[in-house]
Amino acid sequence: MKMIFKMAWRNIWRNKRRSIITISSIFFAVFFAVFARSFQIGVYNKMIANMVGMYTGYLQIHQNGFWEEQSIDNSFIPDQSVLDLLHDNKDITDFNERLESFALTASDNLTKGAIIMGVNLEKEDGLMDLSPKLISGEFPAHTSSSLLISEGLASYYNMSVGDSLILLGQGYHGASANGIFPVSGILKFPMPNLNDRLVLMPILAAQELYAAPERLTSLVLQIDKPEKLNKLKKYISKKLDLEKYELLDWKGLLPELVQTIQADNAGGVIIIGVLYMIISFGILGTLLMMTAERMREFGILISIGMRKSKLILTLIMESLFMGILASIIGISVVSPVRYYFNRNPIRLEDQAAESIEAFGFEPVIPASLDMDIAMNHAGIVLLIVLICTIYPIVTILRLKPVKAMRT
Amino acid sequence: MEIIKTTHLTKVYSNNGLEVKAVNHIDLSIEEGEFTAIVGPSGSGKTTLLNMIGGLDDSTEGTVKIAGTNINSLSENELIDFRLKNIGFVFQAYNLIPVLTAKENVEFIMLLQGLSEKERKQRSEELLNHVGLTDKLDSRPNQLSGGEQQRVAVARALASKPSFILADEPTANLDSHSTSTLLDMMAEMNEKEKVTFLFSTHDQRVIDKARRVITIEDGKIIKDERR
Ligand SMILES: Nc1ncnc2c1ncn2[C@@H]1O[C@H](COP(=O)(O)OP(=O)(O)OP(=O)(O)O)[C@@H](O)[C@H]1O
Ligand SMILES: [Mg+2]
Repeated sequence: MKMIFKMAWRNIWRNKRRSIITISSIFFAVFFAVFARSFQIGVYNKMIANMVGMYTGYLQIHQNGFWEEQSIDNSFIPDQSVLDLLHDNKDITDFNERLESFALTASDNLTKGAIIMGVNLEKEDGLMDLSPKLISGEFPAHTSSSLLISEGLASYYNMSVGDSLILLGQGYHGASANGIFPVSGILKFPMPNLNDRLVLMPILAAQELYAAPERLTSLVLQIDKPEKLNKLKKYISKKLDLEKYELLDWKGLLPELVQTIQADNAGGVIIIGVLYMIISFGILGTLLMMTAERMREFGILISIGMRKSKLILTLIMESLFMGILASIIGISVVSPVRYYFNRNPIRLEDQAAESIEAFGFEPVIPASLDMDIAMNHAGIVLLIVLICTIYPIVTILRLKPVKAMRT
Repeated sequence: MEIIKTTHLTKVYSNNGLEVKAVNHIDLSIEEGEFTAIVGPSGSGKTTLLNMIGGLDDSTEGTVKIAGTNINSLSENELIDFRLKNIGFVFQAYNLIPVLTAKENVEFIMLLQGLSEKERKQRSEELLNHVGLTDKLDSRPNQLSGGEQQRVAVARALASKPSFILADEPTANLDSHSTSTLLDMMAEMNEKEKVTFLFSTHDQRVIDKARRVITIEDGKIIKDERR
């Protein structure tokens, strides 16, 4: 094995120039692919973080069936075991109880439909970043029954802090849910669909309004390491009684976002696919030349008693050496670059920046540091190299020593 | 003991409809310890005959028996293993693996046979000493002259302790000095260690060293003399 290793290694350096060109092209492919994907994935992660931080969180627990039919009748009282599970997990920094429903709002002669969210305002401030959005008034105390209304709603009713808003809705199991509530603060959301119709109130008041004491529609989990999301989700769904509860991640909660990302992603994948195609032809060309040059040598090796399978093994090793070498160089060069652009994200300017800032997000593109990106592309490159090696393999399988040695 | 026996060995090539009997019903028997040259004009069928004896080429008709084994009935891998065990090859030129040193080239065949590192090292050094290349152990083939390369090839062929050594025009690319060095060495191995050699040649000086000379023409044996 040592000798075969040695042979494979030396064979790579037999035609130095060709090998260096081949390795450089593979290196470039790995570098470019990982570099480009880091930004693409980085943007997606940023988008996801933005969207998730706006409203939904990364993970939510509901009563089973709630997401299909978002009615207060599908609310639940969480088991202590569920609360313990969330408390005890270190990856969950906090979890927010919410009771969400719809109601008709009214004031004077005007009415408008609204989303009513009964929440723990302190916790929601951590998730939805409410404090900077408060443009007048203040947060109501946990036990009060005052409202925070969105700026769109306030201007619709021409309301200011201290005015009152009527809520008309349906409570738990058909109870009526009507009341008049003072407005203690006004929030300006960058997203129009939230800004036009969101009403926040302390959860206790909401539970009373909807005749649903202690009941929740959702538990929103806060996590600070999104890269651990999948593992966490798997872990929780194993522990959770899935007959009774449903567990949705942001993909389930924000299907439009998933679609947007998928559509955009396809473009990036195609570009990288084309790049890999070009590289494949380069590798194949190298292997074709190498095979042609070494026919006599192959013939002699088989003549003196080397089994074809062994010979094939050396060739596979040669290819893998080149691929691995190029991948290692590629990853080692791209890693500090990624790290730099993660720490110093590219800052968008002008119009692009404005349109992002309009939604209240920072106009930056940080590079993702996800190691999976690098590993995936190293894997793809090795696969391509192996596929190209099929050519010399087939040549050897067909090789007749006498013919090979006549060349 | 009979090491090589061919029976009605025949090879027919068809060149665009035209049949060429490169080897035509050759019955040949080689005994252990022989030092035999196959001679004949260009195109007479020497290479074709040796290739079939070495199991490198199929026969159209007839059989080759090596040390009692009918090699025509072996599968591809069996035949490769058989060659490794029984036949030492020396080709006309460019015999060696270019990326391995002289010593590694000799070791390589023992590696294929599964010998231990210690045995390989010892035997390869011994053999290269024997062919007078003590100071070239770590040279790559491109740092060796044609004659030196052929001597390494002979050392490699011997390394596997084969039943016989098959050499198709081993001196064709060598000058007269290298030719006689190589031949003297082969003859000495034959005499002292009873290594069986079967080789083809054009070269009268090589023919003069042979102890048996088989002349073929148009694929047939026309003369078989022992000296
Ligand atoms: N692959 C082949 N296809 C067709 N004809 C062939 C092939 N190989 C050899 N021949 C023919 O078979 C005959 C014998 O060829 P061979 O190479 O065995 O001769 P040789 O005695 O070794 O000649 P030389 O001394 O030139 O090496 C020649 O007529 C040659 O043209
Ligand atoms: Mg010939």
